[in-house]
Amino acid sequence: MAVAAPPQSQAASLEEQRRWEGSIEQLRGLVSDRAVSGDTMLLNMGPHHPSTHGVLRLLLELDGEQIVTCLPDIGFLHTGIEKSIEDKTYEKAVPLTDRMDYLSPMSNNMAYAAAVEKLLDLDVPERAQIIRVVCLELARCASHLVWLGTHAIDMGAMSVLLYAFRERERILGMFEMLSGQRMMSSYIRPGGVWRDVPADFLPTLKQFLNDFPYKVDDYEALLTQNPIWKDRSQGVGVVEPDVALAYGMTGPALRGSGVNWDLRKAQPYSGYETYEFNVPLGDHGDVYDRYLIRIHEFRESLKILQQAVSRLERTQGPTRSENRKYCPPLRSELGQSMEAVIHHFKLWTYGYDAPDDEIYCAIESPRGEIGCYIHGAGTNKPRRVHFKTPSFMHISALPVVSKGYLLADMVAIIGSVDIVLGDCDR
Amino acid sequence: MEIPAARDPVQAARDAFGEAILHVKHFRGETTVVVAAERLPDLLGFFRGRAGLVYNMLSDVSAVDYFPDDYGDAYDGIQSDYRPERYGVCYHLLSMLYNRRLRIKAFTPAVDPRLPTGTSVFPAANWLEREIADMMGIVFDDHPDPRRLLMPEDWHGHPHRRDYPLGKETVAFSFNVEDIHAHKPFAKD
Repeated sequence: MAVAAPPQSQAASLEEQRRWEGSIEQLRGLVSDRAVSGDTMLLNMGPHHPSTHGVLRLLLELDGEQIVTCLPDIGFLHTGIEKSIEDKTYEKAVPLTDRMDYLSPMSNNMAYAAAVEKLLDLDVPERAQIIRVVCLELARCASHLVWLGTHAIDMGAMSVLLYAFRERERILGMFEMLSGQRMMSSYIRPGGVWRDVPADFLPTLKQFLNDFPYKVDDYEALLTQNPIWKDRSQGVGVVEPDVALAYGMTGPALRGSGVNWDLRKAQPYSGYETYEFNVPLGDHGDVYDRYLIRIHEFRESLKILQQAVSRLERTQGPTRSENRKYCPPLRSELGQSMEAVIHHFKLWTYGYDAPDDEIYCAIESPRGEIGCYIHGAGTNKPRRVHFKTPSFMHISALPVVSKGYLLADMVAIIGSVDIVLGDCDR
Repeated sequence: MEIPAARDPVQAARDAFGEAILHVKHFRGETTVVVAAERLPDLLGFFRGRAGLVYNMLSDVSAVDYFPDDYGDAYDGIQSDYRPERYGVCYHLLSMLYNRRLRIKAFTPAVDPRLPTGTSVFPAANWLEREIADMMGIVFDDHPDPRRLLMPEDWHGHPHRRDYPLGKETVAFSFNVEDIHAHKPFAKD
C-alpha cells in the first residue's frame, strides 16, 4: 500500500528552495543592470529544450520578447575525451573522436588522423585518400541532412525531417558497409582507412548519387520559396563578416556572411586540390543565406563524390600506409611473416612513439574548422590533445548573433549555425 | 586594392619587440614563437593588425602541462623543445590573406599560473581562455567572464592538469545518493 509523503511545512520547503536558488548578484556584469533591478526578465531556455539540439542551456535576458543578453551555459555533455586520450595510445584514441561530433564522426576521425600523420610524418596511399574524400563528403551530406530536418522542425516545417532522415539512412547504411557501424565508424585511422571498400559499396554509392540530386530538389521545393520559411529566416540572425571573423566562426556560418574561406580550397588535405567544386557564398549573412549555402553544399558534395567514384574505379593499391612502424600489417600477412607478427604484437600492445613536439592540424568539417592540437611526449601516449571544434566557437558567438532579435528567432539562429553539443563539450 | 607583400612574422616580431621574443621553433612546417607572457596581448594585436602579417583569425587556444618534466632548465639540446615553465599556452593564429598559420606560445609557472587575456584583441579568445582557466587552472588577468565553462561551478581541481588522476574523480550528482535511495520507491516492498 502506498504511503503518502508527510506534508512538509511551507517554511521548510521555501528554505529548501532558497538553498538551490542563486542570487542575481552572481550575474552582475554579465546581464544588464536592468535585469538586476527586475526591469527585464531572465528566462532559462534549456537544458532540455527540443530546439537546443542537445543539452544546451541559454540564460536569456528578455525585454518583452526581445533578447537583450544571452548567456550560453555548456558542459552538460562534457565527457573528458581530451583527458581520456592522454591515457591511450594514438591508435586507440580514434573511437573516442567519433563521439565528439556524433553527426559527422568521419570528420573527427579525419581531423585526428591528419594530425597524427602530421606529427609522425606518415604517408597516406592514394586510394586511402580517395576513400577518405568519399567518407568525408558522405558525412557532410549526412550531417547537413540532420541539420536540415531539425532546423526545419524548429521553424515549424514538420515534414522535411522525414524526407531528410530517409536519405540519411541510406548514407548511414553505406557507413555500415564500410566499417560495420552506422555512426561511430572509426573508419579513418592514422595512415589511411581501416580497410578497402567492400564490393557492393560502389554500386550502392552510385545508386545514391543518381537519386540524391532529385531529393535535394525536393527539399528546395519544400523550403526555398516557401513564404513562411523566408519570413522566418530572411533578415534574422545577421552576422557581419568582421563579427564572424572576430568570434572565430567558420564553415557555412562564415561563408554565409560572404567570406570566401573553405579549408578544402585554402589548405587542401587528402587531395581536395585535385577535385573540381565550388564554394557557395552568401550575401546577407542571415539564417536564410546559411540555409542556401548548405543546400548548395549538397550539390557540390555530389560533384566531388562523382569524381571520387570514377577515381576509385581506376585506382588500385593499399588503403593504409605500409610503414609497419606505425600501421599494423594485414591479417593475411600474419600467417606468413614473422616480421608481421612482431609488428602486429608491438603495434596493438605498446603502439608507437611520437616525437615530443606539437602540431596543429585543421580540416573543414560540415560545421566549420575542426582543429586538432597534439603535443606528443616522446612516448606512445600524447601529452595533450586538444580539439578546436566549430560548435564551441559558434555557441560562444551566439550572444552577439542573437542580440536584439526576438525570442522566436533564437530558435532559428541556433539551428542556422548548426551546433552539436557533443562537439562543443567534448 | 593592392595587397602588401607578406612579411616574415618572426623577423617582424623581432624587429618590433626584440627581447620579448624568447624562442622560435620550426616543426613540420609550423612556426612557433615563444613570447614573454606580459607582452602577449601586444603581440597578438601586432600580428593581427600589422600590414604584411594580418593574422586575422584566432583558430584555437590550447594549453599544455609539462608536468612532471624537468621544465626548470632552459633549452639543453636533449629536450626537443624550449620549456622554461610548467604550463604553455598556445594561440593558433590564422592569416586568411596570406593563407598561413602561426603559433604564439607563452609559458607560465606552476605556482600561481597567470597570463594576460587576449580577449581584447580577439573576442574569440573569451571562451577558449575560459576553458583553459577551467580545465588547466591558468588565471587570465582582466578576463571579462572568468566563470568555469565546462565543469560544474563547485568542482574542485582542474582536470586537464597532468597530475590530476584519470578515473579517480567523484561521480557527478552523487552527493545526495542516500537521500534518493531513502525515498525512491524500489520494488522491494
